[in-house]
Amino acid sequence: MTQAPPVYETYARRFRELEAGRSEPDWLRELRREALGRFLDLGFPTARRGNEPWKYTDVGPVARTVFGPPPARPPLPLERLRRTLPWRPTWRRAVFVGGRYRPELSHLPAAGEEVTVLPLSRVLSQGDDLLERHLARYATYQDDAFAALNTAFFSDGALVVVPDGAEPERPLHLVFVSPESEGPYVHYPRVLVVLGRQSRLCLVESYLGLGDGPYLTSAVREFYLGEGAALEHYHLLLEGEAAYHVGQARFYQERDTSLRSVFFGRGCAIGRNDVRVDLDGPGSEAYLHGLYVTTGRQHLDNYINIDHIKPHCTSRLFYRGVLDGESHAIFGGTVYVRPGAQKTDAEQEDKNLLLSREAEVDSKPALEIYADDVKCGHGAAAGAVAEEALFYMLSRGIGPVLAQTLLIKGFASSVLDEVRLPALRTQLDRLLVDSLPRLRTEE
Amino acid sequence: MPPARKVISRETGIEEKEYKWGFVIPVAADVAPKGLNEDIIRLISRKKEEPEWMLEWRLRAYRYWRSLGYVEPKWAKIHHPPIDFQDIVYYAAPLSRDGDRPKTLDDIDPELKRAFDKLGIPLEEQKRLAGVAVDAVLDSVSVATTFQKRLEELGIIFCPISEAIQKHPELVRKYLGSVVPYTDNFYAALNSAVFSDGTFVYVPPGVRCPMDLMTYFRINEAEAGQFERTLIIADRGSYVSYLEGCTAPIRKKHQLHAAVVELIALEDAEIKYSTLQNWYPGDKEGRGGVYNFVTKRGICLGKNSKISWTQVETGSAITWKYPSVILRGDNSVGEFYSVALVNNYQQADTGTKMVHMGKNTRSTIVAKGISAGHGQNTYRGLVKIMPTADGARNFTRCDSLLIGSKCAAHTVPYLEVRNPTARIEHEATTSKISDEQLFYLMSRGISEEEAQYMIVHGFCRGVFQELPFEFAMEVTQLLRVSLEGTVG
Repeated sequence: MTQAPPVYETYARRFRELEAGRSEPDWLRELRREALGRFLDLGFPTARRGNEPWKYTDVGPVARTVFGPPPARPPLPLERLRRTLPWRPTWRRAVFVGGRYRPELSHLPAAGEEVTVLPLSRVLSQGDDLLERHLARYATYQDDAFAALNTAFFSDGALVVVPDGAEPERPLHLVFVSPESEGPYVHYPRVLVVLGRQSRLCLVESYLGLGDGPYLTSAVREFYLGEGAALEHYHLLLEGEAAYHVGQARFYQERDTSLRSVFFGRGCAIGRNDVRVDLDGPGSEAYLHGLYVTTGRQHLDNYINIDHIKPHCTSRLFYRGVLDGESHAIFGGTVYVRPGAQKTDAEQEDKNLLLSREAEVDSKPALEIYADDVKCGHGAAAGAVAEEALFYMLSRGIGPVLAQTLLIKGFASSVLDEVRLPALRTQLDRLLVDSLPRLRTEE
Repeated sequence: MPPARKVISRETGIEEKEYKWGFVIPVAADVAPKGLNEDIIRLISRKKEEPEWMLEWRLRAYRYWRSLGYVEPKWAKIHHPPIDFQDIVYYAAPLSRDGDRPKTLDDIDPELKRAFDKLGIPLEEQKRLAGVAVDAVLDSVSVATTFQKRLEELGIIFCPISEAIQKHPELVRKYLGSVVPYTDNFYAALNSAVFSDGTFVYVPPGVRCPMDLMTYFRINEAEAGQFERTLIIADRGSYVSYLEGCTAPIRKKHQLHAAVVELIALEDAEIKYSTLQNWYPGDKEGRGGVYNFVTKRGICLGKNSKISWTQVETGSAITWKYPSVILRGDNSVGEFYSVALVNNYQQADTGTKMVHMGKNTRSTIVAKGISAGHGQNTYRGLVKIMPTADGARNFTRCDSLLIGSKCAAHTVPYLEVRNPTARIEHEATTSKISDEQLFYLMSRGISEEEAQYMIVHGFCRGVFQELPFEFAMEVTQLLRVSLEGTVG
């Protein structure tokens, strides 16, 4: 492996500095030390032969770069934030810039709103029962260098707790901004969401990059769904052109829970959207929809795994990609059905639209099935905009760019139609067009 | 259906009605010492009276294989204890009466002739009416090749590859290793170093081969591995249909079979390659059985050429095989039809690769996997569209059927698309035999076993239809035997 030892030395040194400055409970100190140890042992993954999860993504540039800390007081173009993100006055909001909580931009739920949002930076030092019970339980770092890295280094993020039976009315928006900076930096957003029994939550997560320079966002989010809980989840990935983003989401579902998640992702220098769902209680369902748009020389790797551990669960995994320029998009996903997980009903599909000759898509939708009384299916497809459809519109006087826009929007709508927040839907329609330069020429 | 013949395994002494091909052919054999080193390779080469360039090639392959560190690849979804490559016999040849390969069919040891008759492979031409030309390979050597004369009149070369190396070195040198170089993978390297026999076919321009050509592979010696090498070249505008069948005796120990098959189709040529793989699958507890690690690949070199693979895989303890097509010529066509059945403790990791390079190239993949008992069945396939493959088209369908709650079925497709004008579709389903279908059939007086057989047969129909007549009968019987004991 091509370990540039000085880089790892930097991480180890930085860890010692941070540790000296932190006053954290013993269990957390121990956890972080162990995580750092795992990270140094594992090293960054390489796209070598036989390393299936990283077959199509080379994180060499991430491994070679020495990242500094994020800028302390970066300028913040508020207008751009409001314009790019679904920034609704009624929503509750927690904003983090360069990995630090910014109270002046945030609007946390008040007491009595049935949901508690705490910046992790305020919780870590005193410790918290829930944190101790759930942190790093679902995002295991033993075999995952990036999860280990985040666990060792994160210093801020959000702890979201919905008590048993609570149904907060307003959506909660977690915003992680990567500001402009002189040199490359790294920040480690961390989120832990704990949904009590029979509770509900609507959560939006946004990752927005402002600068053109390189930086690394290493984000780990853990979601615990207690018995009968329902989570409506939206995930927006809008990092900067030169950004490296490795985002990991881990959903752990107890019995009779429901997860509905919609992902919208734009590519960046190296982007990785890594999702794992553990269906560990019977009668649960997980619906995952995703739309990825890559242009220029962007790279986005979707790595989605659904694990049917218990019987009588349903999962749907529908992803779609639109690729332009010389971009490279990947869909790798596996649906596992464990022994004994009878009556599993799983479907998985990945479809791709290629708009240019230089774009490349690699799709690997896999099934691993160890139970017999199941209904599982998957499909994948790739191709250009259908010529017949294009011709039909042209013959009716619709210009080529508009015709293509309509077809792309139509292709994307099967994912975007899953968005239940009208304000977000409008925003995503705009973001889709914004993300494809060839469509902007018309407007 | 006639009842399966009772066969008592010579070695284990147990009745093995499930595998009726499990007898040992009692012929004297010339067996090389166990183990692999340069001396063994020199010995094989000498026994075959090979020219110097062939030995050189083998040695290069061996040195490359050695550089891989004796560690077999681990990426497939198969599990087996490490193979001791020094505990295998790399060369075993049945001795005929005068110690040489029999000159004519009449010289063949009658014991051998009887044995092949028992396997359903007649070596006597006059007994056949329409006829299939057969090359019979026992362990490391070809023992008989039928209908050579008739084929010769048309300019078709159909002979053991060892003979081709001597008689047609220009063709062998040009094409051997051109589709599967020895650096391709671990087992291809091993095969290139030690391959002993196999079949060579050359069909001259414009000739349509009048009969199916067939090679029948048989492992006989207890400690022997089989490493055959097949090379088929279809020259411009020609057509050939090639059949391959294989069995092995019942042995308690695992046996290794690592073959390499290369197909070359020039402009407008078509090769149809059908396999009925029925190596000894091991007993009910997973003891014994053949490890079948095979590299098969064809290249559509010329325009409008076509290569079609059809395989029915019911045997072997482990199958690891991906018959592939490189679609280089414009408008060329690749096809892959497969049925893989695993029962008891069998494991199969099989599929195909379709690499589209030429314009308007088309490929079809239909894979049916059936898992029963503790069987593990994986479909692993790659469809790769290169930037040059304008208008390429692929359709993939792979379905898995699960019988019983201890088995497993996996589907691992890879789609790599680098051309927007290509259209790729992949579909897969996994399910068990539906209770409704079973109920419907049983309510009409059909036994559960028969009903299950009918459903499985229907499930595989799309693939069986692609099989040549010679195999169609055999395969239905084979399916029945392989499914035995899965009900209840």
